[in-house]
Amino acid sequence: MTEITEKARIGAPAIDGFTEEGENLSPANPDNSPLAGASAKSHSHGGGVGVPDSSRAGRLTSYKVEDFPVLTGREEDWRFTPLKRLRGLHTQALTGAAPSVAVTGPEGAERPAGITVETVGRDDSRIGSAGIPEDRVSAAAWEAFSEATVVTIPAESSIEPAVGISVTGSSKDPSAQHIVIVAEKFSKAVVVLDHKGSATVSQNVEIDVQDGADLTVVSVQEWDDDAVHASSQQAKVGRDAKFKHVVVSLGGDLVRVTPSARLKQTGSEVEMFGLYFADAGQHLEQRLFVDHAVPNCKSRVLYKGALQGENAHTVWVGDVLIRKEAEGTDSYEANRNLILSDGARADSVPNLEIETGLIEGAGHASTTGRFDDEHLFYLMARGIDEKTARRLVVRGFLNEIIQQIKVPALEERLTEAVERELAAGNF
Amino acid sequence: MSTLEIKDLHVSIETEQGEKEILKGVSLTIKTGEIHAIMGPNGSGKSTLASTIAGHPRYIVDSGSITLDGENVLEMSVDERARAGLFLAMQYPVEVPGVTMTNFLRTAKTALDGEAPKLRTWTKDVKEAMSQLRIDADFAQRNVNEGFSGGEKKRVEILQLELFKPKFAVMDETDSGLDVDALKVVSEGHNRVHETGEMGTLLITHYTRILRYIKPDFVHVFVDGRIAEEGGPELADRLEEEGYDRFLPTAAKA
Repeated sequence: MTEITEKARIGAPAIDGFTEEGENLSPANPDNSPLAGASAKSHSHGGGVGVPDSSRAGRLTSYKVEDFPVLTGREEDWRFTPLKRLRGLHTQALTGAAPSVAVTGPEGAERPAGITVETVGRDDSRIGSAGIPEDRVSAAAWEAFSEATVVTIPAESSIEPAVGISVTGSSKDPSAQHIVIVAEKFSKAVVVLDHKGSATVSQNVEIDVQDGADLTVVSVQEWDDDAVHASSQQAKVGRDAKFKHVVVSLGGDLVRVTPSARLKQTGSEVEMFGLYFADAGQHLEQRLFVDHAVPNCKSRVLYKGALQGENAHTVWVGDVLIRKEAEGTDSYEANRNLILSDGARADSVPNLEIETGLIEGAGHASTTGRFDDEHLFYLMARGIDEKTARRLVVRGFLNEIIQQIKVPALEERLTEAVERELAAGNF
Repeated sequence: MSTLEIKDLHVSIETEQGEKEILKGVSLTIKTGEIHAIMGPNGSGKSTLASTIAGHPRYIVDSGSITLDGENVLEMSVDERARAGLFLAMQYPVEVPGVTMTNFLRTAKTALDGEAPKLRTWTKDVKEAMSQLRIDADFAQRNVNEGFSGGEKKRVEILQLELFKPKFAVMDETDSGLDVDALKVVSEGHNRVHETGEMGTLLITHYTRILRYIKPDFVHVFVDGRIAEEGGPELADRLEEEGYDRFLPTAAKA
């Protein structure tokens, strides 16, 4: 397979002319880009005073939309997003009807006992507990929402089966939504956010993983073909807590998920997985951020995507920041893309910023491969028929993520959804 | 006893300058138990013959026939040819993303036999064959050919030969790029299957050194898309001494 591989480990020799985030130097960035500051030109980190503009640590955060400049599409965090297709999420007041929220058990079954579900106003103390908007569209939603859904996993409870939060859209007017998930101390649960229907929505999901908790959040985007969804999913991870986040993006015209995990207490562990399957014309974007701010935490990131059809476009940007204080960090992130037909485009940008040498390990990898006639010939020359051969490859590739979910009914549904995607592409 | 019969085969490929004829009338008959070596200089059409037998879509058969026990191979799709008992050990095996060796071998075996292999004996067979070919056990969990070295890829081709037990094996320059140890291991793998007496082999090679380990019954010299000379193993010895020079046009000799 034709492969474009980028790999870096600590201690790897620096390549002249490249920073660790090499693409920062891309001539595609105009001079007025926030990237093109002195720090980018001097190819060094922390060369100037304070935090360099190009560092993820320096990104503006604010609850106020007016603090963010109007988007031009040249910003580092929007440069891959077709703004025209945001259907006004970045320009209009988000006053439309937000998608409905229903809290159930797995796949719509009865809600598991023990959890608390509340609808609260803007003044609730739990709002703002896990994250501050990091972009204009997220801030717009923060300003616009009138009520939020708060799902609480009580302290020391182990909730089974999974909690399902069904988000169902029925309006195309730009809207705002706010959801808070609180996993109290030493609790254990799996929460599935399930997005369906049609919507134009900017969503903030705050996830508060308190000390010793073990929380899995799965966000499934199976929207109708015309949906536009921007989702900022920010997690604050407590001491010795475990947080697993899985993004599954299959349906929608434009889906942009920006998950972040902030490790602010020692001993925590974060795993972030993602699966996306883009068809002709779809734009599926995921930009994640892992912030190692304290010593002895561990993070693992693996996103896998398949693309088929004309103008299927996926974007993966993985920012991992290991701050000066975060000694003993163990981190690895990877993105794998599989292009199944002509005309599709996968952008993949792993960014690893390391401010201390005293770490266990840190690495990143990105591969984008193509399934072509030679692969098909090879498998068929071993007696495997064409349809089976194609499915063998895609299934095998994506299964690695699906099996991380550990909610059997959902795994089954997603496997079927992948099969449908394959069938739709004449695979 | 099976027979693979190639008659007056003409094959061309599409190039930017239009169709180019590569095979210009090749006839060859291989029977079960026989080893035929096809030797020849670069560009003589050896690999074209191998790929055409397997059904690679790049090669256009203009005329002639390939039959397996009387069945028209040219009418079969690539997978049907494999299921009919033809196996091509490829010169450049591709890396297949997303499919582990274990999954691939089992899926292929199931397709070839029409039923899933019995799990216990199958696992044992795979392990044994891997160990004989000195393929590391963790290869089973790796994706097909992904990150394998050239020699490892060739060993994996022979692993499949041993596990799939085809009626006819076409080995397309399996020896190229192998060091002496790997060449021995690979040849022994082939010979184990050959010794069952149930397989015929078409061994395509540029060099004579593999013929020290795999003993051909017949040697065919390919030049410019045709068989220029045929004989027994002694022909290979002569080629070893003299090279291909006497088959090349006079202009090229200078």
